[in-house]
Amino acid sequence: MISTAFEYARAATVDEAVALLGRDEDAKLLAGGHSLIPALRLRFSRPSLLVDIGRLDDLRFVREDGDRLAIGALTRHAELVRDPLLTQHCAVIAEAAALIGDPQVRHRGTIGGSVAHGDPASDLGTILLTLDAELVARGPGGERTIPAAEFFTGPFDTALEHQEMLTEIRVPKATGTYLKHVRRAHDWATVGVAAARVDGRMHVGLTSMGPTPLRARSVEAALADGASPADAAAHAADDTVPPTDSSASGEYRAHLARVLVRRALERL
Amino acid sequence: MTKIALTVNGSHCEADVEPRLLLAYFLRDELDLKGTNVGCDTTSCGACTVLLDGESVKSCTVLAVQADGCAVTTVEGLAQGDELHPVQQAFHERHALQCGYCTPGFVMATVSLLKENPNPSEAEIRDGLEGNLCRCTGYHNIVLAVQAAARAGA
Repeated sequence: MISTAFEYARAATVDEAVALLGRDEDAKLLAGGHSLIPALRLRFSRPSLLVDIGRLDDLRFVREDGDRLAIGALTRHAELVRDPLLTQHCAVIAEAAALIGDPQVRHRGTIGGSVAHGDPASDLGTILLTLDAELVARGPGGERTIPAAEFFTGPFDTALEHQEMLTEIRVPKATGTYLKHVRRAHDWATVGVAAARVDGRMHVGLTSMGPTPLRARSVEAALADGASPADAAAHAADDTVPPTDSSASGEYRAHLARVLVRRALERL
Repeated sequence: MTKIALTVNGSHCEADVEPRLLLAYFLRDELDLKGTNVGCDTTSCGACTVLLDGESVKSCTVLAVQADGCAVTTVEGLAQGDELHPVQQAFHERHALQCGYCTPGFVMATVSLLKENPNPSEAEIRDGLEGNLCRCTGYHNIVLAVQAAARAGA
C-alpha cells in the first residue's frame, strides 16, 4: 500500500529536529525507517511531516564512559554487532542486535529508532530494560535522562514527549546473553529472554510477554534467594500477560519463557 | 515535491519526487531500471535489494528522499560492459535460479555479504542471505553460487 502524503524535512542538528517537531503535532521523526516506513505503508501511522534525523552522524557512536558505555541513538544495528567496545564490555547488545531482522534491516535500523518505536516485540527494548539502561532525550526545554524502567509505557508508547528526541543510551558494563525464539527467518521474537549480571545481581528480561518489555522479577528474587537456574526459571511467566496471536498462544509463550530463561541462566 | 540528487549505477541524476515515493518505485518507474523487482512490498522477501552507499538495503523500505546524496547500485550496475560481475557469473554457471524473480535481490545481497565477509562458511552464507526469499526454494544452488563467487574473489 502507498502511505498517505506527508511533508519531509531533513534536520541538520538535534535542535533543528526538535524545532521541526514543534511545528506540527502530527510530525514524526524518521531515523532508519525500518519500523516507521512499514507502519506508514500499512497506514497505521499517518504523519503530516517526517523529520529525517538519519544524517545526524554525530549520534552514531559507542563510547566508554567510566564503568558505563554510551551509545548514540542513531547507531545502526550492524554497527552494534561489530562494535569492539560492545563486544568487549556489553556483548549482549551486540548479540541481540545480530538477531534483529536480516542484514538489510540491520544496515538501516537504529537502536534509538527501535526503542522509540516501543514495539513490545523489540529485542533491544528488553535488553535496555534488563541492563537498567538510561535513555537521554532532548526537548525544547533541554535534556533529561529517563530510566529504562520508566521508558516503556505501553504497546508502541514510550515516555518520550512529542517534541523530544532520543539522543543517547547509557548502559553498564555487564555480562549477559539473549535468547530469541522465532518461527520464521528474520521474524520478530515469539519470545525473547535476556539475562545479565549487573552490579553482582542477576537481571532477567522478557520480550513479547506483555504490552511492553518486562522484567522477570520473580525469577530475579528466586535467584537472589539462592534458587537454582531451573527452580528460578519456573517463575519466568509469573506476572506476565503473554499475547495470543498467529505466532503462538499465550500458554505456549509462557512455556517458552520458562525454557528460555532456564537456558539463559545456565549459560551465564 | 522534494528535489533529490543522487548517483545511480555511476550516473548522476536529479529528480523532483513526492516524499512518500519509495526508492524501489523511483528506480523502476522514474529511471526505468526494472531489474529491481518488487516482491512482497513488506520488507520481507528481499527481491528489491539494492546497494545504498555500498550496503544492501530493501528499496521498498527506503524513501527516495532518504537516498538523496547517496550512491545507489542496482543489478544493472554490476556488469562491466559485456563482462558479468563475478557474482552474476557464479549465479549463471551454478544455475542459482529457477523462476528468476528473486535473483536480482539475491545477487545484490550476495555482493554486500561478500564485501563484509569475503570467505563465508555455508552457515554464514545462509544467515547472510536470511533477508532474501526464493519461493521456488532454490537455495541449494544459490549457496553453491555464493561459494563459487567467494572463491573467484567477488
